[in-house]
Amino acid sequence: MNKATFRRLLGVLKPYGFYIFLAILSALIGVSLSLLGPILIGDTVDLIIGQGQVDFSAVARILIFYGITLLVSTAFQWLTSVFTSVIVQNTTRDLSRAAIAKLNAVPLRYIDTNAHGDIISRVVNDISQVGDGLTQGLTQLFTGIITILGTLGFMLSVNVFITAIVVLVTPLSIFVASFIVKRTNKYFSMQSEIQGKLSAHINETINNQKVIKAFTYERRAEEKFCAIDADLHASGIKAQFNSSLANPSTRFVNGLVYASVGIFGSICAIRGLISIGQVSSFLSYANQYTKPFNEVSGVIGQIQTAFASANRVFELLDEPEEVSDGKKIIDPSQFSGSLAMEHVAFSYIPERKLIENLNLQVRPGDKIAIVGPTGCGKTTLINLLMRFYDVDDGAIFLDGTDIREFSRNSLRGQYGMVLQETWVATGTIRENIAYGKPDATMEEVVAAAKAARAHGFITRMKDGYDTIISDRTGSLSQGQRQLLSIARVMLVDPPMLILDEATSNIDTRTELYIQEAFNRMMQGRTSFIVAHRLSTILEADNILVMNQGHILEQGRHEELLAKGGFYAELYQSQFAKSK
Amino acid sequence: MVKLARFLKDFKKQVFLGPLFKLIEAIFELIIPIIMAKVIDVGVKNGDEGYVLKMGGILVLLYVVGLCSTLVCQRFAAQASQGVGTKIRDQLYAHIMRFSHAEIDKFGSQTLVTRLTADVNQIQLAVAMLIRLVVRAPFLVIGSIIVSMFIDLSLSSVFLVMAPVVAFVTWLIMSRSVPYYKILQKKLDKVSLLTGETLSGARVIRAFSKQKSESEKAYAATDDYRRTAMRVERLATLLNPLTFMLLNFATIAVIWFGGYRVNSGTFTQGELVAFVNYLSQIALALMVVANLVVIFTKASASAARINEVFETAPSITDGPGAPSEAKSGAPVLCFEHVFHSYGGEDSLSDINFTIMPGQTVGIIGGTGSGKSTLINLIPRFYDVSAGKVLVGGVDVREYKLEELRQKVSIVPQHTVLFNGTVESNLRLRDENASLEDLEQALAVSQSKEFVDALPGRLSAPISEGGKNLSGGQKQRLTIARALVAQPEILILDDATSALDYSTDAKLRQALATKQGLQALILVSQRAASIRHADQIFVLDDGKIVGSGTHQSLLASCPIYHEICKSQSILEEEVK
Repeated sequence: MNKATFRRLLGVLKPYGFYIFLAILSALIGVSLSLLGPILIGDTVDLIIGQGQVDFSAVARILIFYGITLLVSTAFQWLTSVFTSVIVQNTTRDLSRAAIAKLNAVPLRYIDTNAHGDIISRVVNDISQVGDGLTQGLTQLFTGIITILGTLGFMLSVNVFITAIVVLVTPLSIFVASFIVKRTNKYFSMQSEIQGKLSAHINETINNQKVIKAFTYERRAEEKFCAIDADLHASGIKAQFNSSLANPSTRFVNGLVYASVGIFGSICAIRGLISIGQVSSFLSYANQYTKPFNEVSGVIGQIQTAFASANRVFELLDEPEEVSDGKKIIDPSQFSGSLAMEHVAFSYIPERKLIENLNLQVRPGDKIAIVGPTGCGKTTLINLLMRFYDVDDGAIFLDGTDIREFSRNSLRGQYGMVLQETWVATGTIRENIAYGKPDATMEEVVAAAKAARAHGFITRMKDGYDTIISDRTGSLSQGQRQLLSIARVMLVDPPMLILDEATSNIDTRTELYIQEAFNRMMQGRTSFIVAHRLSTILEADNILVMNQGHILEQGRHEELLAKGGFYAELYQSQFAKSK
Repeated sequence: MVKLARFLKDFKKQVFLGPLFKLIEAIFELIIPIIMAKVIDVGVKNGDEGYVLKMGGILVLLYVVGLCSTLVCQRFAAQASQGVGTKIRDQLYAHIMRFSHAEIDKFGSQTLVTRLTADVNQIQLAVAMLIRLVVRAPFLVIGSIIVSMFIDLSLSSVFLVMAPVVAFVTWLIMSRSVPYYKILQKKLDKVSLLTGETLSGARVIRAFSKQKSESEKAYAATDDYRRTAMRVERLATLLNPLTFMLLNFATIAVIWFGGYRVNSGTFTQGELVAFVNYLSQIALALMVVANLVVIFTKASASAARINEVFETAPSITDGPGAPSEAKSGAPVLCFEHVFHSYGGEDSLSDINFTIMPGQTVGIIGGTGSGKSTLINLIPRFYDVSAGKVLVGGVDVREYKLEELRQKVSIVPQHTVLFNGTVESNLRLRDENASLEDLEQALAVSQSKEFVDALPGRLSAPISEGGKNLSGGQKQRLTIARALVAQPEILILDDATSALDYSTDAKLRQALATKQGLQALILVSQRAASIRHADQIFVLDDGKIVGSGTHQSLLASCPIYHEICKSQSILEEEVK
């Protein structure tokens, strides 16, 4: 529980200062009225002395008053909880929003290199944990502090000497509790670490059942599971037992407080310093006074977890965002689509150089094909064109302007992109096709779907264009999803195209038709095509042959073939006789 | 929840002794107000300070013994709850590992993960509470009532009126708020889904500049969650103040009627104080009971979800084992009138073919034609609905699963690599595979070149899902992994789609000469990948519509002809 985290949490709570004020106010009213109870009961007990010595009218007056305070204090205690709920739910909502906004603003590098499960768990689970911890912490804070101060005040008003005893003994319970908390913190972090390991193992093995089965890995997966689980068991017992010491220990200390109040109170009563009724209400106060201590020690584990979670959330929120945007906006009417790459260097990991000193000139309307063996840097080139990643050195110019001077959205708006790995948003098919142009008419959507050869399978689905799809549901095959991605781009009809293995999952008969549609689209437009299939490449204005981050050769198909270089070899190998 | 009680069997000692120790503390808690009453009634009345101090000593002693027995109880609670949790997890995981694809598909993998973690945690919490509080809280409530009955029977009737009222209020609030918790869980799932989409769709979202609208979609989900959460909490937080209020009204009644009793001389002032103290004790204990009800409601929902998994029997289990003598001359693989359905229409119908030793077979067909289903039947990922699949002349259902899957190795379309090193991934099936085997597998799968370039070669780290490798590298490594197992039948399910043609060609050449491999089955959409196969089966709509060699199919099978035409293979042929 470090101070920096604590301060940041306070910062997050700040906008709800008014509700915090209301919560404290209602806690003040609710708690102090409920603290009146023991005094009133003590007073009535003093009026009920013995046989024939009961003042009924006085008792009735006090009891009616007591009943009214009960109603009011109940209402305000409830209000305190409601305000707390407003504060906590709004705060966690704010945290979620900030986290989601952050995810849309971080560089792709962060998303590509971090486990998605872990990021999601920060946004969902950790923020929930913070919420639970805040609820407990705030409730205890509001009612606890007021209860402690209030009871102290009441006790002081009754008897200073006995109050002094209470005040002197209670620090002992705080000391015991904090000693235990410090001792158990390490068990908690150990436990959550092992829990994380176990979850990772479960995730990996259950999500990949098909591979596990194919390799009869089940038994070893079980052994590994049991081993991690055994560790979890050991640390779980330690964490649970040690943290569960806090509550009995504080209750023990507080029991001692109660006993001493009783004993000293009685002795005082014997010596005539206070009344028996006062002893009785004193005992009640001692109970009330120690309650917050007991309760805090009961939820200490939850608060510890919340702090650990808050740290993980803040870690995400502190991720640096994409470097600031350029201001220039591309004017579509002036746009020609010429592109140049000058001395471009880029690598994902500094130690492993990928692209070095890459130069390229593209005339407006050129159809550029990129070929090369797996891992040669084709996809990286696209990452740079779209500014998913920025170049390490050199520059890329679009219509003579460094692309970093454009706003990212304006730059990306010029490209229509279809990737090998398809993605659909949760929503209807229509929404997905109209993803880049939400105000598209139904006719436009259908036309795009027809051009992408997707209309057929869409109309065969249960709700046609209104069928709900999602990235994780298996209702669409890879090929169908790719058709939707193509329709999505066809509807936007952008000035430039990027196709990265855009038809790799589509059966080749369908592909032929789509190819035609693409060809129509690419008329007079600058386009970049990554492809394995030769047919696409044959018509390119310029073929870039890449290997290990370099452009080895470039030119038209016939020229390159005549050269007899790397491309020729690549081309021949497609039809190599394997037997 | 009762069904899961069997897991408590090994923790009899903890489950019985734990609450017993807790009971000791609870009894003391009941005695303490009595002693306090004595202090006031005897000590203070008689002015006997010695008596007061003596009683004080007894109080301290009770607290110490109470603390010690609580600690014993906490120890038992920790042992039993963690022990039960671990046992359930171990057995549940082992059970899930025996599931076939059909059961995993039925549940969905994400919910199985939740059941193994979050749901088991719920049970664990319930067990701890069972030992710590289940005896204590009701004991305190009932005990307080009984003791107060001894003090004054007629006055204790206040409790009899109060108890059902409190129970009713608890039930009312619970029954209204519990359904909301389920809705809340769903809304949280939605937030989680949208967050996942933000990550998996990052490229597309940014390409279309949709960051703002995607964020807003997620914001709306978080807002929706917030609204519902506040509504439930408004309701649920009523429980404690209301219970407390009702019990304090009981106190008022006790004082009022107690006053009459004292006035008539049948009741003392000290007894009245004790009575009031018991009431506040009951109030506290009742709140614990209310919390217990919440915990057990949640736990029983979790228990039901866990039991559902336990009660689902794996549909594919070991056969008796194949006869030790292999049938000589039997075909490597044979499909006899095979039908299969996932529950609706037949996804495969009347499939017949035979593969002899040494053959390479190609299976081609459009998206959804049944290619993957067909090959999933060979290692028994699914079972046939009718007909027979024979490996080495023996029905696959007769093999032990491990034995069968040793013979048949399948490389799925979707590449999966595990967190670890190149070596640990290669040794997935056989931990003790020799280094030579690994190297050979790397060479055949065309992975040698890029693995050589990795820092540390075999010990190079592979991150989760193989994110640090390119698509083609991942595919080659998964092929190498399948080869390490020295399978008799190797199936590549479109496993070379990310390879460029030259690597693909080299791979096929190397596989053709691989020793020990009796049959190679290539599933592909690319005619070029399978055209050299000894036999090609063309699948369409779950049926074999053509079989033969490339040349014969070109002439006899219009669909095959069309496929080849679309891939411009024919033009090459003409040249």
